[in-house]
Amino acid sequence: MSQPTNVGLRSWIGYRGGSGYLLWLLHRATGLGVLMFLALHIVNIFLLGFGEEVFNKLLYLYQAPWARAMEVFLLFGVTFHAMNGLRIIIQDAFPRAWLHQRRLVAVEVVLFLAVFLPAAWIMVADFLGGAG
Amino acid sequence: MSERSEGGGHDRPAGSGFEPRAWFFMRLSGVVLLGLAVFHLYWMHFAIGVDNIDFQTVVGRWSNPLWRIYDFALLVFALSHGFNGLRYAIEDYVRRPGRRRMVKSIAYVAGFLLISAGAYIIFTFDIGAA
Repeated sequence: MSQPTNVGLRSWIGYRGGSGYLLWLLHRATGLGVLMFLALHIVNIFLLGFGEEVFNKLLYLYQAPWARAMEVFLLFGVTFHAMNGLRIIIQDAFPRAWLHQRRLVAVEVVLFLAVFLPAAWIMVADFLGGAG
Repeated sequence: MSERSEGGGHDRPAGSGFEPRAWFFMRLSGVVLLGLAVFHLYWMHFAIGVDNIDFQTVVGRWSNPLWRIYDFALLVFALSHGFNGLRYAIEDYVRRPGRRRMVKSIAYVAGFLLISAGAYIIFTFDIGAA
């Protein structure tokens, strides 16, 4: 019934081994990160009700240079969480796919890089081009 | 963590109560968000671009009721998926029963406020007055 309660900082972020642990940690971290952005995003959209001036004034939350840098993290989080989640769904839907988890993870990593790297490049180039 | 929890997911909980349904909902809403959220991110960040978004962008978008329905679906699926994920994290890390109940309550209140605020503005925003 009772489980070990070693929940100090080390056990939160320390590597616990196993082939999927890094993916598990990234899935949770990106999920919570995207959720934090979602909360901010809903509050900022709610401010539409306060009129054009208030809403536009607060857009620096997205358009300031530091916010544009955070945008790349958002892209990373959404892209990784989507790709890794899709692999989990496929493996749950087709149990035999669990036998090929390593290969599926390799496909996932390749697909992730193929989507994330060009998209991040477009994002950064757009920001640097727009700033310069 | 069971063997099949590797890489982010976890085994379907046994039985027929709330937990196996929540497990299934995470996969179902995951597929839905794969469409809704990924397209939303592509559209706002690449097709339009963050620097080109302002109040009038939203006025234009919400002049079409279909976009309001799209945004409402995105709001409901993203928040329920996200807060159920937060619930999993709380259950993993907050072990003491009293504290766990308190942290969960705070999370549920925050989730309720966010979904209320989002739904309110999606369905009451008056583009005629804007």
